[in-house]
Amino acid sequence: MVKEMNTKVELCGITMDNPVMAASGTFGYGYEFAELYDINVLGSFSFKGTTLEPRFGNPLPRIAECNEGLINSIGLQNPGVDKVISDELPKLAECLHKKVMANVGGFSIEEYAEVSRRLDGCEQVGWIEVNVSCPNVHDGGIAFGTDPEAASSVVRAVKAVVTKPVIVKLSPNVTDIVAIAKACEEAGADGIALINTMLGMRIDLKTKKPVIANKMGGFSGPAVFPVAVRMVYQVYEAVDIPVIGIGGISTAEDVIEMMLAGATAIEVGAANLVDPYVCKKIVEDLPRVMDKYGITDLKDIIGGAHNG
Amino acid sequence: MKDIIFTILSNKKLADRTYEIVLSCEKGAHGVLRPGQFVNIRLDGLYLRRPISVCDWTEDTVTIIYKTVGKGTEQMSLMAEGETLDVLTPLGNGYDTAKTGDRPVLIGGGAGVPPMYGLCKALLAEGKKPMVVLGFNKENEIFYVEKFEELGAEVYVATADGSAGTKGFVTDVVKTLEFSHFCTCGPEPMLKALDNVIDKNADGQLSFEERMGCGFGACMGCSCETKYGHKRICKDGPVMERGEIIW
Repeated sequence: MVKEMNTKVELCGITMDNPVMAASGTFGYGYEFAELYDINVLGSFSFKGTTLEPRFGNPLPRIAECNEGLINSIGLQNPGVDKVISDELPKLAECLHKKVMANVGGFSIEEYAEVSRRLDGCEQVGWIEVNVSCPNVHDGGIAFGTDPEAASSVVRAVKAVVTKPVIVKLSPNVTDIVAIAKACEEAGADGIALINTMLGMRIDLKTKKPVIANKMGGFSGPAVFPVAVRMVYQVYEAVDIPVIGIGGISTAEDVIEMMLAGATAIEVGAANLVDPYVCKKIVEDLPRVMDKYGITDLKDIIGGAHNG
Repeated sequence: MKDIIFTILSNKKLADRTYEIVLSCEKGAHGVLRPGQFVNIRLDGLYLRRPISVCDWTEDTVTIIYKTVGKGTEQMSLMAEGETLDVLTPLGNGYDTAKTGDRPVLIGGGAGVPPMYGLCKALLAEGKKPMVVLGFNKENEIFYVEKFEELGAEVYVATADGSAGTKGFVTDVVKTLEFSHFCTCGPEPMLKALDNVIDKNADGQLSFEERMGCGFGACMGCSCETKYGHKRICKDGPVMERGEIIW
């Protein structure tokens, strides 16, 4: 490459080498992927959703295949925040020398605040990603992300106890994404990440029953990409804080498109599960695709589709 | 684990809805070390990969046997010699041959028969004398019996409808045998039935099947609870020790 390509972006005061992150729940705590390649090539990643207590998650089967995607119903399986801090983060520190995004799940406002407070104290954590959009747990997660009032209560409670930037991860399973994003911004959120998975279902023709034990689950993969681009576009218009684009991204072209819609950074989710090398491939492919579309500085294209 | 491109050396029908593919790669590239490990195959037009257990391997080949049960396996059955497959390999823990004693019994049911072949070969190479019990629904589904016999193993066959071998299930044969350890792979009801009939003091290794997301431990799509905590069937399994399983 002859030309100087700049892939750096700034997310809530932290400069990232590139906008490519792996999405929570598709990248574990990073070290499994570090066996395959140097994960420092990524901008960063968001680790597995963490709750106060350990959770086993939902009954099996938890996975159903779809055209251009899959439905998952993991149910926030994680070892609990204390184990994450004592066991997982030290292992991650050996392979990632960058700030990581801490994904926080919860079943009450107090739980969100307490888990965030504990993770805020970890030096490795750069951002707190508050997941108010998990479709796979009852009485929590998505219940907070589908109502502007509830979402802003979570944001206020978390902001009151942390020092690091708070990013709210939103659900697409709402009638007015803009109202919820604005409420989060007003409550003090430093960024908005969207979209989490879409509620979906598959039925097995042989058993004539839903494939997923929990019946419904979160649909993700390339099929949801246009929905994600649309929602990122709408939210970018409505808020002044950075937007992270998530949903069906699997190529460097998708990254550019999502950034044109308004994303400062992006997260790759489902694609990691079918091609564990996909994030590395996207990062390596970005300069070529930038060149192809006459882009020399990636941050210049953020929200580019809104101009004129 | 690596992502490698295999070339299909052969793809042939062995029995009703049952096919064998021999895949070739560069020497040492596939990384398979233990019987009971599996590979995860990417197929055009299908989003998730298809996990298939390894039947046998050499330095530069991997043999898999699969049953056509849906779109993915039907698509595989139509692939021709010379075509390529994108495969994640090797996956899973596989069987530990150090635990079997000198006279283990290997029990395979239907699509669970293939990993028993690689295991049988490995045990014979260690100088052990495995017995093999293979269960099928009916005669036209039977495959690989002569291959096991060619290895020099003592082979028993059971069919549910009695069209070949002992009429009944693998449990009916296993009940009559004396062994040092058991290794098995097959549908979960079969694994459960074996656990019920085999003496509680006997150790065994059982391979489980589950719908998987990634197949390499990232998504928690196939986690199960064991007596030793949560395990991912794809990464910490698919082979579990009898003593840790919660039925």
